[in-house]
Amino acid sequence: MIRAVAQALLSHWRRHPGQFATLVLGLALATALWSAVQAINAEARASYAQAAALLTPQDQPVLVPRQGDVVARGSYLALRRDGWPVSAVLDGDTRFGGVSVTVMGVDMLSSPVMPDDLGDSAPDLGPVDLLTAPGIAIVSPDTAARMQSDPDGPRLILSEQVPPGIVLTDIAVAEALLDRRGEISRLFLLPDRQGRRDWAQVAPDLQLAPSRAVSDTDTARLTDSFHLNLTAFGLLSFAVGLFIVQGTVGLAQEQRRPMLRTLRALGVPLRLLMLCLVVELAALALLAGVLGLGLGYGIAAALLPDVAATLRGLYGADAPGSLTLRAPWVLAGLGMTLAGTALASLQSLWRLAQLPLLASASPQGWARAAARSARWQALGGLALVLAGMLGTVLFDGLLAGFALLAGLLMGAALILPPVLGQVLRIGARRARTPLAQWVWADLRAQLPGLSLALMALLLALAANIGVGTMVSSFRLTFTGWLDQRLASDLYITTDSDAQTQALRDWLTPRVDGMVPIRRVETRLDGAPGRIYGVIDDPIYREHWPLLAAAPMGWDQIFDQRGVLVNEQLARRAGLGLGDPVELGAGWSLPVVGIYSDYGNPEGQAIVALDALLARHPDLPDRQLGVRVPDGTLPALMDDLRDDFGLERDAMVDQATLKAVSLRVFEKTFVVTGALNVLTLGVAGFALLTAFLTLWTMRLPQLAPVWAMGLTRAHLARLELLRSVALAALAFVLALPLGLGLAWVLLTVINVQAFGWRLPMYLFPLDWLRLGGLALLAAALAAVIPARRLSRLPPAHLLRIFADDR
Amino acid sequence: MVLTVENLVKRYPGSDRPVLRGLSLSVGAGETVALTGESGSGKSTALHLIAGLDHLDGGEITLGGTPLSGLSDAARADLRRNRVALIFQQFNLIPSLTVDQNLSFHARLAGRDDPQWRAEIAGRLGLADLGARYPEALSGGQAQRVAIGRALALRPPLLLADEPTGNLDETTAGAVLDLMLDLVRDTGAALLLVTHSDKVAARLDRHLHLSGGVVA
Repeated sequence: MIRAVAQALLSHWRRHPGQFATLVLGLALATALWSAVQAINAEARASYAQAAALLTPQDQPVLVPRQGDVVARGSYLALRRDGWPVSAVLDGDTRFGGVSVTVMGVDMLSSPVMPDDLGDSAPDLGPVDLLTAPGIAIVSPDTAARMQSDPDGPRLILSEQVPPGIVLTDIAVAEALLDRRGEISRLFLLPDRQGRRDWAQVAPDLQLAPSRAVSDTDTARLTDSFHLNLTAFGLLSFAVGLFIVQGTVGLAQEQRRPMLRTLRALGVPLRLLMLCLVVELAALALLAGVLGLGLGYGIAAALLPDVAATLRGLYGADAPGSLTLRAPWVLAGLGMTLAGTALASLQSLWRLAQLPLLASASPQGWARAAARSARWQALGGLALVLAGMLGTVLFDGLLAGFALLAGLLMGAALILPPVLGQVLRIGARRARTPLAQWVWADLRAQLPGLSLALMALLLALAANIGVGTMVSSFRLTFTGWLDQRLASDLYITTDSDAQTQALRDWLTPRVDGMVPIRRVETRLDGAPGRIYGVIDDPIYREHWPLLAAAPMGWDQIFDQRGVLVNEQLARRAGLGLGDPVELGAGWSLPVVGIYSDYGNPEGQAIVALDALLARHPDLPDRQLGVRVPDGTLPALMDDLRDDFGLERDAMVDQATLKAVSLRVFEKTFVVTGALNVLTLGVAGFALLTAFLTLWTMRLPQLAPVWAMGLTRAHLARLELLRSVALAALAFVLALPLGLGLAWVLLTVINVQAFGWRLPMYLFPLDWLRLGGLALLAAALAAVIPARRLSRLPPAHLLRIFADDR
Repeated sequence: MVLTVENLVKRYPGSDRPVLRGLSLSVGAGETVALTGESGSGKSTALHLIAGLDHLDGGEITLGGTPLSGLSDAARADLRRNRVALIFQQFNLIPSLTVDQNLSFHARLAGRDDPQWRAEIAGRLGLADLGARYPEALSGGQAQRVAIGRALALRPPLLLADEPTGNLDETTAGAVLDLMLDLVRDTGAALLLVTHSDKVAARLDRHLHLSGGVVA
């Protein structure tokens, strides 16, 4: 019996391959976008975890200084002399081979973190190579691909076990690369043997560090919000895809209702029938899931290099540029597809379970049932919007923002069909000619069948408007901020403090002004940060963009009575004007100003240079910002090159710096833009599938009008008009929703994700372009059914009037 | 008796008057019985109750010695699968299966498909050359012949037919009825046929007229 039932059920798909393709493709598209985002996140997180594991292996005891950042050499030697098997580590960030990296210097013969695949890429490598100049630097293939070769530098050895962005090398090489001779950051306490005395007695200035280094959790914390943003986008795409699935499953079940009724009449038990339908849906979901995973893998592989660039540019976090297929990702993707299909099919399966054996079957019944539930749907939508608003009261931060977004979007989607119904009702009332009345009435009749696709379109359009407004507002603010902030015409980096002084003397008669750029890397509010020291120069008072400032703020800075903090630090630490900031042991100053600092994930503070030098007398003096008279920059750069031998990369002019910053900015939103376009594509596909699947239901509507004298070509044109009109209505409703979305993104999500708040600007030309695109998509979606209608043989329309159809 | 109906009562929700008010009838093995009546007299309702498609409000229906009133949904499905075959006015073929697949479908559900017997039925119903076609490509007369073939392929003890020729023109209806009665008699099945046509009713062994919810 099961075989016969299965044959009957499956025969429907064989006879309706288009519907089958729609269902599988809809589900595959939903899975693809979701799993692409998940693949990207998983890859990046695995990379952070790998970096963390390398920097501090789990269960590896690590000794760190109780105070300061450097292990006293005496303590290290005392432990060695006492018999403790300690292995020294020196790590820090620097530029190596033209890229920013974290250098980890270890004792290559004793360290527990050495990779075991070195022989694969360098079979000739011997112990001597490890220890003699120029030494070796072990990097991941990803990092190596970005590096410029240096014939005098250490030999690059590739290892898959070293995460991107990390250079593993001998501690002596690390000392040279980091310019930190004789320093030790921490000690690995190896498990081989014990010393004669307790290590705490031998080196009382050291303590056991937590099993994970603090710096690694910073990466995870900083990037979490970025990954959450991606996940939210993936979920939105998944939801849009599920609208397609729900629509297709609902229609397929409705079309099969006569068959299911016949099966029941012929003696197939309801339980068996439901079981067969569930198994069929699960099989379809698995098939679509596999397709979607393949598609998602392709999308992720295409987007990952841009995501890696974004993470590097925005957060300084390194993620690989290539993708690895991971079993948990495959299983999670398939699980999500199954769960999504179950969710999207629940309603139609429930309806079938309740189906009276003698109920007459008609696809129109499905539409009527949907229309009946419109009021409840509108109420449900309002409840969701209110629940989203309530979420902002109940939750904090990012969660509140996403609760509000989810409530707004899903609520508005549910409210759309009843609102459109009302608009169409008003239109019908105002129509004068019989044809216009029929068109309005026909639009209303079709609304239930098209509502899911229109909801998907609304979500996609709102997401586009919202994200587009956010990105464009960001771009406008960012470029204005760059113009203001990059006030120097030329930025110079020297090799030594002495060269800087010589340059300063040489430049003084030739330029309008110059400021030193001197900073110290430290921890601010428990996370990595930087303190800059500035001199009293008009460039700061005139150009530094401040969001909030105490009266005479700059004077207080230069009098060493105050500190400026960036917006990120102020928000993270909850700092306001007048609040004290701890800048180091026993050094704290009140906040006298807060400045915007887009594109930087870390906390930053600005104090008077003298104040900084008093605490850090050895602060390097190797960077200068120079203002030059108009038109003299190229000649000055040539002279600097000739007289001081400064290389091209030691001098960066303002225009180049701006171009680089803007390029990083644009890269940051490549992924968002791509997901935006893909979501709109999925919504367009939803509209197309809705038109195609509703095609058979249209004929009884069209045949009488055709019989009364309208040509098929005329009817086809009206089909196009109908599609475009509905899309236009959806767009009009998407506009306020999208702007609401932009507001939430700019004022809630961005603040949490990046640490800065941006002003919101409106871009009507972008809306017009998007509106045009939506109308074009709707027209394209209606082209196939309209073309089919214009060429439909009259016999097909005549069948509508025949009893034996 | 293949079928016994005693004091059958059926009331629809929202209606004060029951549509069936104590209907009683019986059909013996191999007997053909016509049930006629005005529109709304309850003849189709009676047929649906006998087929176990709907629940009765009073009385009893006994099919081959099995009373229906106490049966679960699954047991009634089993009964329809194995012991009763239905022929509908709207044919109710499965649109996505071919004529051949539709013909064998009910018998396969019951697990007693007999290809030889099916081929014979197809031949006698004039469907032998239409086996690969889908229902949408059939005329009304052809579709109803497939529906009759599907019912008879099961070799059921009782055949229930609801206006089987109601959707066909007079000539086609006559031809289809001839074929159906010939085959029913050859298989020895009992037939209870609902019709509003006295002409059709006259062709059967017995004629019952339903009026006011009871056999007049």
